[in-house]
Amino acid sequence: MAVSEPATAEETARTRAAEYLLRRHYFRWPEVLPWLIAVACFFVFPDRMTFGSQVLIMIMFALSLDLILGYAGIITLGHAAFFGLGAYTVALASLKLGWSEPISGVLAAGVVAGLIGIVAGWFILRYRGLTLLMLTIAFGAMLQEAGNIRSDVTGGYDGMPGLTFDPVLGHFQYDLYGHTSYWYALAVLAVVFFFVRRIVYSPFGQALTGIRENVRRMHSIGSPVHRRLVTVYAISAAIAGMAGALFTQTNAYVTLTVFDFDASAKVMVMLILGGTGRLYGAFVGAAVYMIFEDKLSKLSPTFWQFGIGLLLVLAVLFARRGLLGVAETAWRKIVKRSAP
Amino acid sequence: MPHWVTIAVSILFDGLAYAMFLFITSVGLSVTMGLMGFVNLAHGAFAMAGGYIVVSLTRSLGIDFVPSLLISAVIVAVASVPFERGLYRRLYKSTDLEQVLLTIGLAFMAIAAFTYFYGPIPKSVPLPHWLEGDVNLGFRSFPTYRAFLILIGAILITILWYAFERTNIGAKIRAAVDNRRMAESVGINVDRLFTLTFALGSGLAALGGGFAIQLFGLTPYFAVLYLVLFLIVVAVGGLGSLKGTLLAALVIGIIDTGGKYMFPQAGNFFIYAITVIVLLIKPAGFYGRE
Repeated sequence: MAVSEPATAEETARTRAAEYLLRRHYFRWPEVLPWLIAVACFFVFPDRMTFGSQVLIMIMFALSLDLILGYAGIITLGHAAFFGLGAYTVALASLKLGWSEPISGVLAAGVVAGLIGIVAGWFILRYRGLTLLMLTIAFGAMLQEAGNIRSDVTGGYDGMPGLTFDPVLGHFQYDLYGHTSYWYALAVLAVVFFFVRRIVYSPFGQALTGIRENVRRMHSIGSPVHRRLVTVYAISAAIAGMAGALFTQTNAYVTLTVFDFDASAKVMVMLILGGTGRLYGAFVGAAVYMIFEDKLSKLSPTFWQFGIGLLLVLAVLFARRGLLGVAETAWRKIVKRSAP
Repeated sequence: MPHWVTIAVSILFDGLAYAMFLFITSVGLSVTMGLMGFVNLAHGAFAMAGGYIVVSLTRSLGIDFVPSLLISAVIVAVASVPFERGLYRRLYKSTDLEQVLLTIGLAFMAIAAFTYFYGPIPKSVPLPHWLEGDVNLGFRSFPTYRAFLILIGAILITILWYAFERTNIGAKIRAAVDNRRMAESVGINVDRLFTLTFALGSGLAALGGGFAIQLFGLTPYFAVLYLVLFLIVVAVGGLGSLKGTLLAALVIGIIDTGGKYMFPQAGNFFIYAITVIVLLIKPAGFYGRE
């Protein structure tokens, strides 16, 4: 009896841990909501679908950032590098190789960005703090400058005109209203989202959270920290690249501004606005940001920029968990009050 | 003089002037980051503000360029204190991410505010006669403005070096950069020291911003465009090291000037390449502590 006791205790602990992971992985009903809203938007604003597909693409981009920033705690101001790599992969493939099939293009963009993510990540993820931040900025800026040096290939800041892509699934033509783009982007986003969701609730995802919270402890329990960080960085880079590919395909146009420092800062702002490390933060943040930007920047770009700055300052001082965090706190208060 | 010597001298001279601008603007950032580990992305905004104050002083009030530089540096130094006391102080113990977000938010607000008041078009300032044209140094002549910038840079380096290495305050700053807790426990008021260096650093940034008007043309986006350069100088030099910041400014200033001269289409590629190489080999920069 005395011998088997610790084994049972260990087993119970194991079962409990497995149950905990599984329970987190179960779908809860509010998770249907964003998808219902996305489908509803198509029927409510059928003439704004070009804008809608851009929102979906930014959601995907923000989601890729959430994976490394929100879950693994890697601070980067150069994530636009991978978005841009994906965007240029499909553009160059279409223009130089005549490879204009969209879905395989998105996959190819993911592979290219992911591979470069492995190489870049392997080098830079050994560092932390300011050094890491500077390396991510310099990496993105270097790609942009390299693209500018070879502007005969990339089209430089004037962009690459005359890009054409085959119909999606060989059947759905891109239309002026962006209807095809919207469904196409939504479908890709859904696939990517469930993949990301699978990752963050897996033991691998748990290890990433561990690294974010206390990297020394993860080292001391023998977790292969560097390898895990590079893995998640490459996955995130691949998703960002796929978002970039969708961006080029739906706009039929791309310029070197996709590599801008501003673009990296913008996607970070979106994610922070929504809330990091909670998957749906990317949805809320990107959608709210894009809609406000669309409305307010038409009125006055200056005030819009001031507002974004103010929002960031206020978010850091008062709402560190983003809009979803605020909503969650408010919801808990309501529930508490109604059930004394 | 053979042709290549002329070119080499030009590159060295222009590179030196550029390096002085980088040093003046970045040195404050390096010391404050070394002291508190605070990632301050709004530093470029202080430099930009300094530049615009110089524009206003010279254009609207008719004050000469050189006194305007000094007045603007003092104004920005004083104005930076409430920011440090009110906002930055709350986040010393926070994560890098929160510091990045707060200060990038401040930079955005500054860009918008200055665009609103000054417009997005590049500004210039009227220079006094003695700063225009060329100055003859015996073997050849150089643009006076850049020569003046180099001279001011050299004077500032001497003063800062003396203050850092030979005065009581400098010793306290070095102690706090090396080991903040230890410095506090021997009775150094690191908080007050930080406010002081923050104000000084912002003032110097404003001075750099004033000099930048004539070198690059001043737009509100200066706050973000050149911020990356200042951060690079700080990271490559090593946090909190005067020597490191100077060396990084020289390396980046001269190599970038030379690179742009020989490969004009390369833009800032060389700067980023140097940064990546240096940081991969020495993650803490030239003189930073590992």
